[in-house]
Amino acid sequence: MKAIVPIKRVVDPYAKVKPTADGAGLDSGGAKFEINPFDEIAVEEAVRQKEAGRFTEVVVVSVGKGECEEQLRKALAIGADRAVLLETQEPLDSPAVAKVLSEFVAAEAPHVVLMGKQATDDDNNQAGQMLAAILDWPQATFAAKTDFAADKATVVRETDSGEETLELPYPCLVTTDLRLNEPRYIALPGIIKARSKPLEKRPLASVPAPKSSVVSFAPAPARPPGRKVGSVAELAQAIKDRGVF
Amino acid sequence: MSLLVICFDPSELSQVAGFGASFGTYDVLLLTGEAGNAGASKIHVANLVEVPPADNIGKSVASVAANYTHVAAVSSMRAKDLMARVAGINQSAMITDVVKVFSETEFERPMVAGSVLARVKAESTPIVMTFRPAGFDKTVPGPNGSVESISISDTGRVKRVSTSARQGGRPDLSQAKFVVSGGRPLKDAATFEQVIGGFADKFGAAVGATRAAVDSGIAPNDLQVGQTGKVVAPDLYIAAGISGSTQHMAGIKDSKLIVAINKDGDAPIFDQADLGIVGDLYEVLPELEKALS
Ligand SMILES: Cc1cc2nc3c(=O)[nH]c(=O)nc-3n(C[C@H](O)[C@H](O)[C@H](O)COP(=O)(O)OP(=O)(O)OC[C@H]3O[C@@H](n4cnc5c(N)ncnc54)[C@H](O)[C@@H]3O)c2cc1C
Repeated sequence: MKAIVPIKRVVDPYAKVKPTADGAGLDSGGAKFEINPFDEIAVEEAVRQKEAGRFTEVVVVSVGKGECEEQLRKALAIGADRAVLLETQEPLDSPAVAKVLSEFVAAEAPHVVLMGKQATDDDNNQAGQMLAAILDWPQATFAAKTDFAADKATVVRETDSGEETLELPYPCLVTTDLRLNEPRYIALPGIIKARSKPLEKRPLASVPAPKSSVVSFAPAPARPPGRKVGSVAELAQAIKDRGVF
Repeated sequence: MSLLVICFDPSELSQVAGFGASFGTYDVLLLTGEAGNAGASKIHVANLVEVPPADNIGKSVASVAANYTHVAAVSSMRAKDLMARVAGINQSAMITDVVKVFSETEFERPMVAGSVLARVKAESTPIVMTFRPAGFDKTVPGPNGSVESISISDTGRVKRVSTSARQGGRPDLSQAKFVVSGGRPLKDAATFEQVIGGFADKFGAAVGATRAAVDSGIAPNDLQVGQTGKVVAPDLYIAAGISGSTQHMAGIKDSKLIVAINKDGDAPIFDQADLGIVGDLYEVLPELEKALS
């Protein structure tokens, strides 16, 4: 069984990000870039399935600028077999990414697409479901546990009120939640070894126009400064005084 | 312009009026349960016994949605699952977690763990949205203009083999007026349940947790509050043994009063809490319980 794992390059999720003075862009203060944490979980899961003999090939793909190569290399270091960068300078929204990926996936014809439930920069939580819709594949979002058997995939997924278990025929698309696994630590030798794995750059002749775009960014309003109280009695009184109790 | 709001169950009907009013009139598609006041011009009642997997009803819901320029649902995991699928089917623009409506095409939404508010413009219709009710007037909805039944078909392609719902009677986190949350120091599931759950039950509060608590098996996953968990907007939020990471704060910013209990006076949560007390949660919570009772 072959798996495709789409990954996104995002700013370090622990970086402090703020709007630029003119509100036209974002300033992350020179923070480093990472694989979106949810996508890294997807790569880890696919590689574990390969190690367990379930998947035969794991292909990672990213849509974006040349710099995404860094994240694809890291995915190769985790254990993916090959990487493809669908290269474009154009801005993309989730529908455009899903459309571009749908053509790639259709050509690769995998059994499974595994990807993060959301990117930690735009927090959209859209691309996986849109890709599944365009391909008309079954989807299981927010996976907490997977079992890729020969005839079907079984996915325990997180829900608003707990968990549920779904069975999906192949081919199918699964998006990952945080508890699916803990990605391995990559030591330097792994990174060096990944340099010899195939990474193909394919320039995209055109990309679909985005269906939405950001007009401006503003900082989230800061909460007014609070105060520390000296005792529990004072705390209880202050809570009561605010009239919320 | 025409708006359809999709409600998964009747508990969401009371949350749509404030958002819907930004668009004038709106229709509702109620997937399960009986119609109640939603202030809709028309409410389509699908009367499903339970909401099937998104894949199975995606096309059927999308065909209803195709009659509208705007389609929205209250933000939740199930809404993100289904609505993005519907957007994909109908080749719609999609705006997640709308907190403000500027116009029919411009909206505000948080990004990057809530540290940034983006003004987003949809370049084309149809537009699919999820929205956070906390950002809108809590208008009590009036009666609906008309009620019609509608058939939503289930392809059965994906099989739901089991569901495990959280036990026992506590209020739903995302709608609760009072939330008590615990973090990593709560040791284990039994301690969490006794200390945080026990306190919450005294006051009929909902229980929340940090990702650290959930990851270490102290709290169940559906209690996670934050960027990648639930967003809460209670009148009172008590954070016990929580450091105040950006990711956690992203889920509680809309709370009216945030109270922090932390034994480290330098914990970042004190910068964002309205009231803070430096102390051991195992001592402070029982005392606070008495003082508030
Ligand atoms: C992609 C991504 C998404 C994430 N999403 C979320 C999310 O949705 N929600 C979320 O919560 N986190 C999320 N996180 C994790 C987040 O970054 C923090 O790691 C997490 O919130 C920390 O949880 P905590 O406050 O319980 O633990 P810690 O940061 O370890 O804090 C524990 C606090 O308890 C205090 N303490 C210890 N003992 C006591 C005691 N006896 N009495 C009182 N205080 C005590 C300590 O002083 C400390 O401040 C995410 C991270 C990433 C990378």
